[in-house]
Amino acid sequence: MTALTSTARETKPLDMPKAELRALRSDVRDYYEDYGQHLDDGDLEAWVKYFTEDCHYRVISRENHKLGLPIGLIYCMNKNMVRDRVTALRETTVAQPRVIRHFISGVRINSIAENGDISAQGNFLISECLADGEPEITAAGQYQDVLVRDGDGFLFKYRDCIVDNYRIKTSIIIPL
Amino acid sequence: MTVLPIGSLAGAQASYEWPEDGFTKIPNWVYSDPDIYRKELEVFYYGDTWHYVGLTCEVPEIGSFRRSTIGERPVILVRHADDEFSVLENRCAHKGAQLCWENTGKVEDFTCPYHQWNYSLKGDLQGVPFLRGALGKGGMPRDFKKSEHGLKSLRIHNEGGAIWATFSDDAPSFEDYCGPDILAEVRHMLPGKPIELLGYTRQLIPSNWKTYLENLKDPYHATLLHSFYITFGLWRADNKSKCVPQERGHSVMVSHNEGKKTSDATSEMKRFRDDLEVLDKETITPRQEFNKKRVGGGWIFPSAYMGIQANTLKMRHLIPRGPNMHELVFTHYGFTDDDAELRRLRLKHANLLGPAGFVSMDDSEMLSQLQHGVGAYPHETSIVEMGGKEIEETDYMVSEVLIRSFYKFYREAMGL
Ligand code: FES
Ligand SMILES: [Fe+2]
Repeated sequence: MTALTSTARETKPLDMPKAELRALRSDVRDYYEDYGQHLDDGDLEAWVKYFTEDCHYRVISRENHKLGLPIGLIYCMNKNMVRDRVTALRETTVAQPRVIRHFISGVRINSIAENGDISAQGNFLISECLADGEPEITAAGQYQDVLVRDGDGFLFKYRDCIVDNYRIKTSIIIPL
Repeated sequence: MTVLPIGSLAGAQASYEWPEDGFTKIPNWVYSDPDIYRKELEVFYYGDTWHYVGLTCEVPEIGSFRRSTIGERPVILVRHADDEFSVLENRCAHKGAQLCWENTGKVEDFTCPYHQWNYSLKGDLQGVPFLRGALGKGGMPRDFKKSEHGLKSLRIHNEGGAIWATFSDDAPSFEDYCGPDILAEVRHMLPGKPIELLGYTRQLIPSNWKTYLENLKDPYHATLLHSFYITFGLWRADNKSKCVPQERGHSVMVSHNEGKKTSDATSEMKRFRDDLEVLDKETITPRQEFNKKRVGGGWIFPSAYMGIQANTLKMRHLIPRGPNMHELVFTHYGFTDDDAELRRLRLKHANLLGPAGFVSMDDSEMLSQLQHGVGAYPHETSIVEMGGKEIEETDYMVSEVLIRSFYKFYREAMGL
């Protein structure tokens, strides 16, 4: 009952010229890193701009994800809910001041659908430092995303932030 | 049951004198003292008390199991027959290894990884490798009886699809332990209809477990701290409400959702924001269901709180983790006959609660700050006199009556 199991997903090699794939992967990686930078800067308004109107944005524990249970720690079912979260954080939440940092790695393109939707993933590690403390790792996990093209950039149509944490330390104030 | 005398542990208070008779002054050492904490575990968690373990829908088939915790002790909830369950200590009877390492799963029986003692789903010891030795040598003594070395199985009670357990043979029945008001709250939330598991949120908060217990006996803070609640009318001082103290540390605290409004009381609620609107109205607009706008719920002391907020139904499970830490597990559920809209609302309203909840964020941040204060000044006292010094039921919210009533019980139970 405790044998190691593989979590690798079956992936088909992408039917795309190598140079094009490399360029796409690099653009998506930049997009992820810029996204993280806005959150680290506390620029929540800029964070909102990363989503389509009909987006799905959810922070979900690996436990729920694995069991197929839908409850999120944060669950925005559309962009208005993303906007509302920013309103709540700005106007109503009582929280200790903190600095956070996103460390994003392992960005890769998994597949491209016929309509051009891009399935991608990346790892995140987030450190948090309270006003009177030292940085601590508060969350590590994986983004599982669907991006759509928007001009020469992208937008998230779907973003699940799957946190490996069994338990969250105190709280998640700034979205992942 | 033997209880360690207070003062026998290092780091203990020099004196455990209650600041003054009664229950309106609380000595801060109750929130950080290791000796007090140890005794609380013995009295409240391993004593004559009942604890929430899990929902039957979490273990849907024979052999399905889920790990859980009572106090600091790991236990296993397992379905061993069609409608029969066991709660077993997650501790091998041989040398005490934790037996079950996965959070959830399905097995035919339990085998300890260490020396592979094997137990039935009811905890009976079935197999001991090399019981008779090898090559005619070794083995267990002839007088070793497997029947005496099973996993310890706890007394359990199934109430509407939730399994409760106690370590004690002397505890009253679950019904008597609850009393009529609390039993009514439990049955209100789990009327016996088939339930659907929606998921968990788990959180570690760096404060004593009683700070969380008291936080949900304290409607006063909710009318001030939580501007999200106040502004959108989900919990306000000027809503119809009730605080009902109970025996044994239990309590009932309920209010009514009345939506956004301005009244005389709003001027006192500094965090009320008339200008604030949310774009997704569903987030703050619960649909009418069985509770008829009545929100809040009850503590089934010490470790479970059941209640409804907006359209979220959940079991809140409180786990002490040392004097300065507690863990919260919220198990969200719905009913299998919920329609798509109600299911969506349950998921949406979960945004109010948990580690990133619009409301709960304030609480977890606040409780960690509270611990800094009370932990560093153990010799000081806090005061709970809002709404008077008595412990009678109130029909208003700005009251600390439930905390007073808890400390009356606490002092008696702890011999303080
Ligand atoms: S400790 Fe479990 S078999 Fe030895
Ligand atoms: Fe609160």
